Amino acid sequence: MFRALADETRRAILDELAARDDQTLFELCSRLAMHRGITSTRQAISQHLAVLEEAGLVVTRREGRCKFLTFDRQPLDEIQRRWPPPKETDP
Amino acid sequence: MISIYVTSVVVDDQPKAKAFYTDKLGFQVKHEIPLGEHAWLTLVSPAAPDGVELLLEPEGHPASTTYKAALVEDGIPFTSLAVDDLQAEYDRLCGLGVRFTQPPVDAGPVITAVLDDTCGNLIQLAQIKGTGAS
Repeated sequence: MFRALADETRRAILDELAARDDQTLFELCSRLAMHRGITSTRQAISQHLAVLEEAGLVVTRREGRCKFLTFDRQPLDEIQRRWPPPKETDP
Repeated sequence: MISIYVTSVVVDDQPKAKAFYTDKLGFQVKHEIPLGEHAWLTLVSPAAPDGVELLLEPEGHPASTTYKAALVEDGIPFTSLAVDDLQAEYDRLCGLGVRFTQPPVDAGPVITAVLDDTCGNLIQLAQIKGTGAS
């Protein structure tokens, strides 16, 4: 998972997928281009997605003939559980 | 001087496409000329009856079926149509049971959404900011 996150484009992909669940590859590529100036080829983005999917950070769902992508935060929650932030103390 | 008079959408079934594009999207038939198995079937927007026509072209070649399926899998709309008020059209079409693969998303100079035309295509609706009505 850390390898998946150790890449700026892949972190940008997660940022854009965080905006809305169930995005098509087309929507994701449009968002990356418009919001972040990332104009990598669809193929390159697909390869990044494969790494993120392997790490469990992105889930692909098929509905009819379309493929939809969703950011899954669960692997990040596991980090939180292992190293929880210190409890807030009221001033 | 060359200009555009038709633009094509390749559909898997002309009568079904005609129903969807007229009943749901609101186009009107401009030409429907029988040509054997299929027809030369073009539509126009009621707002521009003499404008560019949308040709509902029959899916005549097996390669086009494969090509369209690959585009749909990745959510890619090949055709983009203009609307004045995207949110209003989105709400209206959802009410008619039209399925969208992307709700309205602000993309800077343009707001876009993508719908399934039920004939094998994804169609983008685009509201270009700062032009047209409103």
